[in-house]
Amino acid sequence: MDFEDSPEEAAFRAEARSWLEKNAKPREKSGRGLGLFEEPGDEAKMVQEAKAWQARKADGGWACLTWPTAYGGRGVSPVQSVIWGQEEGKFEVPPNIFAIGIGMAGPTIMSHGTEEQKQKYLKPMARGDEIWCQLFSEPGAGSDLAALRTKAQRDGNDWIINGQKVWTSGAHYSRYGILVTRSDFTVPKHKGLTYFIVDMKSPGIEIRPIKQMTGGANFNEVFFTDVRIPDANRLGEVGQGWQVAITTLMNERMTIGGGGMGAGFGLADLLSYVSSCTAYDGRSAIEDSHVRQRLADLICRLRGLELTGNRLVTALSQGKMPGPEGSIIKLAMGILLQELGAFGMDISCANGSLYGEDAPLKALWQSIYLGSPAIRIAGGADEVQRNIIGERVLGLPTEIRVDKAVPYSEVPTGPRAAA
Amino acid sequence: MNFAFSDDQEMVRDAARRLLSERSTMERVHQIMDDPTAYHDQPLWEQMAENGWIGLAVPEEYGGSGLGYLEACVVAEEVGRALACVPLASSSYLVTEALLLMGSEEQKKRYLPELASGQMIGALAVAEGGRLDPQGIRLKSQKDKLTGTKDPVTDALCADVMLVAARTSEGSDGISLFLVKKADEHVKCQALQVMDQTKPLAKVAFDGAPGELLGPAGAGWALIQQLFDRAAVLLAFEQLGGGDHALQMAVAYAKERYVFGRPLGSFQAIKHRLADMFTKLELARSNCYYGAWALSKNAPELGVAACLARVAAGDAFEFASQENVQIHGGIGFTWQADPHMFVKRARHLEYQLGDRRLWRDRLITKLGYPKAG
Ligand SMILES: Cc1cc2nc3c(=O)[nH]c(=O)nc-3n(C[C@H](O)[C@H](O)[C@H](O)COP(=O)(O)OP(=O)(O)OC[C@H]3O[C@@H](n4cnc5c(N)ncnc54)[C@H](O)[C@@H]3O)c2cc1C
Repeated sequence: MDFEDSPEEAAFRAEARSWLEKNAKPREKSGRGLGLFEEPGDEAKMVQEAKAWQARKADGGWACLTWPTAYGGRGVSPVQSVIWGQEEGKFEVPPNIFAIGIGMAGPTIMSHGTEEQKQKYLKPMARGDEIWCQLFSEPGAGSDLAALRTKAQRDGNDWIINGQKVWTSGAHYSRYGILVTRSDFTVPKHKGLTYFIVDMKSPGIEIRPIKQMTGGANFNEVFFTDVRIPDANRLGEVGQGWQVAITTLMNERMTIGGGGMGAGFGLADLLSYVSSCTAYDGRSAIEDSHVRQRLADLICRLRGLELTGNRLVTALSQGKMPGPEGSIIKLAMGILLQELGAFGMDISCANGSLYGEDAPLKALWQSIYLGSPAIRIAGGADEVQRNIIGERVLGLPTEIRVDKAVPYSEVPTGPRAAA
Repeated sequence: MNFAFSDDQEMVRDAARRLLSERSTMERVHQIMDDPTAYHDQPLWEQMAENGWIGLAVPEEYGGSGLGYLEACVVAEEVGRALACVPLASSSYLVTEALLLMGSEEQKKRYLPELASGQMIGALAVAEGGRLDPQGIRLKSQKDKLTGTKDPVTDALCADVMLVAARTSEGSDGISLFLVKKADEHVKCQALQVMDQTKPLAKVAFDGAPGELLGPAGAGWALIQQLFDRAAVLLAFEQLGGGDHALQMAVAYAKERYVFGRPLGSFQAIKHRLADMFTKLELARSNCYYGAWALSKNAPELGVAACLARVAAGDAFEFASQENVQIHGGIGFTWQADPHMFVKRARHLEYQLGDRRLWRDRLITKLGYPKAG
């Protein structure tokens, strides 16, 4: 058990820091929201800056650290990748809009793709030249992803896609998408799926933004009308799409759970904000017993999450398979952030209702508060994570299912799905 | 960074779990609970002593195993898991630690071998009338003779020596620590009624009992704080182990018990609660590991780490122990079933070093924001 850097790790940290010092500005003490779920003022500018930063990192050898060098990575250990994240978090850098590609599509291609696919997609992905989106959810298929009905029909060397995806984050600035479709409606639902890589510039794709409760529009509806995808873009076998999708989903939980969410905002920032606030009796909020109790409770859970991340990294470094930590972290984090946001708004007193530039810390608390449901819903909602923990970790019996053994076309659907 | 116990430490765990699951069965804990004359499990204590688990962190020159705090944490978790009825916290985490921290060379030589071998049992006497604040300490020492009352004192009934906080002058720097032999004729010990019958508490009256000063005079309160930080980490591991056992018990029951034609655990209302228990315990485990690291390295972060471990493990054990009763239904409310023993142990451990209210506030203090005034 050791929290200190080994000499090798310390050298790596020093190297990372010196590169960052030459290439970025130290972070201002303002805190940062929740990355993806934060609303950028000027999105086109943000995307451009994010791409430029990712390219600079890749050229300097600091992108996709754990990936093999052949695919644009550096081939270092997960611990070193965490060290990089800690150091990068101290600098003013654009939000990470590459998580779906690098965190989810990349690992899926690495385990299910052909060598040709790996050569073609991974390097530009690592460099941020091409942004990826995830075309999984549909109006009738979210938690129950295998209920999806976007249709893939074989036509010579191509497939023809018709249907609709929804809640697709970043579709409007993505070059590629990972797409799960139904290629066979006559077999049980998990058996008739096929997984593709789709060029978002293909004719027949229409992207419409959806306004979110935060006020911005990061996710979209994506319509497919006779979109052609070459069979060479299929990932995995025909009818094996579910297995491939599972790889993506496992990595998604790790990306949402394991990633340095809120890394830009430290404990010291939190404490100093609380001490700058005034309690209802005129004293500093940090003197208020109730505030202290609530704050300590939140810090304890925040640290618990961060330290659980460290345990995960240790296990990965020892060559162990990632355990349930991804689900645990994601589940606990979403709920905690919602409470943290509410706490920050509460101690701001009447300023709690402000938003945007007029709110304290440029609405850090408000954006955490309004953004946290996204963490609780996207990538498997809380209830789904609890099912995963209950069934796969604790070994509890699965749900009684009415949809597993029957052909997809005979599975009951509600009035909402029919619409 | 390496955030896991080593293979050797895991071997210590395996050995501890094996022994405790044989010797400290739930049946055995029930026996101790139901026997009003049993203050602890003496045969188990002797076996643990033989295995070297009582003086794990005591250097070999003082009769200990010379291992370390990480091993002590691992054993603490297993002791907590088994609800073992042994005075390990009182004797080892508190009195032995106090001697290691502040004893003179001569005192260490005189006390530690006996404490590490389990032949002498220690107990810490701080609270008076349940108060754990420095102003609450009224027991007086005059010329090293102690007069006053301590209550409640955990494990006083089975102890041979007590570490007593006494007032030598007014103010928080007017407290000193004394070692007192329980057998002295000026010490009277009276059992108190308790919720957790496996953890005896007593009211101890001192009537001019001779005390032996431990550590500098007047530094008693600061020393108690230091001791509390260290013991909090070890006790957090006991809480973690207890919570984990409660969860495993609930999971096993949810698989075996059928209602409405299917296993209880297939209903989400139960499954999700078990998942929440697990999640809380895992976060607590991470905080405990951090505490273990800080304790083993005597790191400057120990003060903060102790608070984190104590609060997280207290939360997790309380939640797991209560939900375990609920998931068992009617049988869970009976004396004969096991779940209530976890609820009671959770409560006992909570109050042994002050409840979470104290430790949450202390966390903010240790992070640099003491409460003014
Ligand atoms: C901000 C955001 C970004 C997203 N980005 C993407 C993206 O880029 N690509 C993509 O494909 N998808 C994306 N999603 C979609 C996301 O994966 C789904 O919203 C999610 O899986 C839930 O599905 P649903 O919306 O259909 O809700 P439903 O599945 O209808 O769930 C509704 C409620 O019922 C609960 N529930 C569902 N099934 C069960 C069950 N078996 N037992 C108990 N409770 C259950 C859920 O937990 C939830 O509370 C995004 C969502 C959000 C909010």
